Amino acid sequence: MSLGLTSYGARHVQALLGSLGQLARNPFSTILTLIVIALALALPLGLGLLVTNVRIATGGFANAIDLSVYFKTDVPLAKAEQLAKSARERPGIAQIDVISADAALAEFRAYSGFGAALGVLNANPLPHVLHVHPASDAESAASLDALRRYFAAWPEVDVVQIDAQWVERFNAILEVLRRVLMIAAAILGAGVIAVIGNTIRLEILNRRGEIEVTKIVGGSNGFVRRPFLYTGILYGLGGALLAWGITASAIRMLAAPVATLARTYGSRYVLVGPTPQELGILIAGGVILGWLGAWLSAARHLRSIEPRA
Amino acid sequence: MIAFDRVSKRYPNGREALSNASLRIEEGEMVFLTGRSGAGKSTVLKLIALLERPTRGIVVIGGKNTGSLAPRHIPAFRRRIGIVFQDHKLLPERPVFDNVALPLVVAGTPLKEIDKRVRAALDQVGLLGKERALPLELSVGEQQRVGIARAVVSKPPLLIADEPTGNLDPDLAVEVMRLFKRFQEVGVTVVVATHDLHLVRELGLREIVLDHGRVQGNDMDPLPGMIATR
Repeated sequence: MSLGLTSYGARHVQALLGSLGQLARNPFSTILTLIVIALALALPLGLGLLVTNVRIATGGFANAIDLSVYFKTDVPLAKAEQLAKSARERPGIAQIDVISADAALAEFRAYSGFGAALGVLNANPLPHVLHVHPASDAESAASLDALRRYFAAWPEVDVVQIDAQWVERFNAILEVLRRVLMIAAAILGAGVIAVIGNTIRLEILNRRGEIEVTKIVGGSNGFVRRPFLYTGILYGLGGALLAWGITASAIRMLAAPVATLARTYGSRYVLVGPTPQELGILIAGGVILGWLGAWLSAARHLRSIEPRA
Repeated sequence: MIAFDRVSKRYPNGREALSNASLRIEEGEMVFLTGRSGAGKSTVLKLIALLERPTRGIVVIGGKNTGSLAPRHIPAFRRRIGIVFQDHKLLPERPVFDNVALPLVVAGTPLKEIDKRVRAALDQVGLLGKERALPLELSVGEQQRVGIARAVVSKPPLLIADEPTGNLDPDLAVEVMRLFKRFQEVGVTVVVATHDLHLVRELGLREIVLDHGRVQGNDMDPLPGMIATR
């Protein structure tokens, strides 16, 4: 039994080494094929990383959905503060900031550039405002709407604004990107299968004589197919590793400009590379696509090679 | 060992290579298939090795009706037959050792065993020491002997050869035939297709003569006792 297993394993090692040797003997075409496969694998990986990075980089403010509660202009500040205090008792609210009309005007004067023009106003036209931050467990559309109705019901309140639309839009864009990524992955995966299948087809035609002789001396289809499957697997594996290399260099090249961009937003954001899990999927995907492409091609073309003595 | 019962073979191009041919070859026998080229000698060998299937009739090899053999059992079946070709069918890029070892490799023989048996087979054909040579570095006669070593390396009970002396000068041809005779003497059934009648007469062995796809002077029933009863 152990002898049988040993020789079974030895035959696989033999086939694997044979395939490696075959690839090494034609380095130029091997490298070209590997580059094509690597690009096809690197593209979806890169897209995936883009989506991940955008999501993480914007995660901090994408979730910060605020309510702005505008009081009518004749409501006094004391009243606004009293209402804010009672609202703080309510569940679903993380924080409420009261921005007085005076503070708002001062801020506007400082940042808008209309400072001098505002001087001609004899009264402050701005209302007092509450900035309401919902608690993190109350960000669903339903609980936001409940909050909006709660504030809108006060007679002192003029308007309640939910600053959520752009967040929804942004999440929708991310979702579109994710779909694009999946479609690209599917198309490029099929491309990898086709490239490897075609490479294996040429290889089979090149070694036609050898295959015939092997079949004549009693080589099974499985035996004849084995080296081609290993060739496919090696292409897939090599392509995946090269794709990893390409992606890693791209991240390294982007790191400095992204850090500069992040600093302008006062962030210390650092680009995220593929996780070990994503690398695992990349490598497993490459191997599986390589095996599949080789298998399809071998099944198709080995059958057409029957010995003619 | 081998029985053909009213076997016909028509190729896709319409040519009928065998018509209603019956023949019988006993276990341990050495037989020549003779006849002009195109008489159907190669077709008989191809049918024995399951490289072709008969259009009509029954081919029994080693007690088995080959017509009922499933495709997945064909490789194992072929491993019990050593085949020698006129054009050797060696792999030109592989050294002699690899060529001779191929039948053992496909059968999953352990590496140590392969080494021993390849040397033994090369010794039998007088080519020990040529393991690392490439086939094209050898003479035609030596290439043919490499082909014979490959055919016998797995010690098959049946050895078939299609014009094995076709490219050899007379001395070499006699030598190759004597080699086949030695295998027959140790119990191997040997079938050799040849048009070299001189050589056949010299060895004085049974001859099956084919003419236009028909077996000459044969009206016996080839089947009795040939199909194993299980």
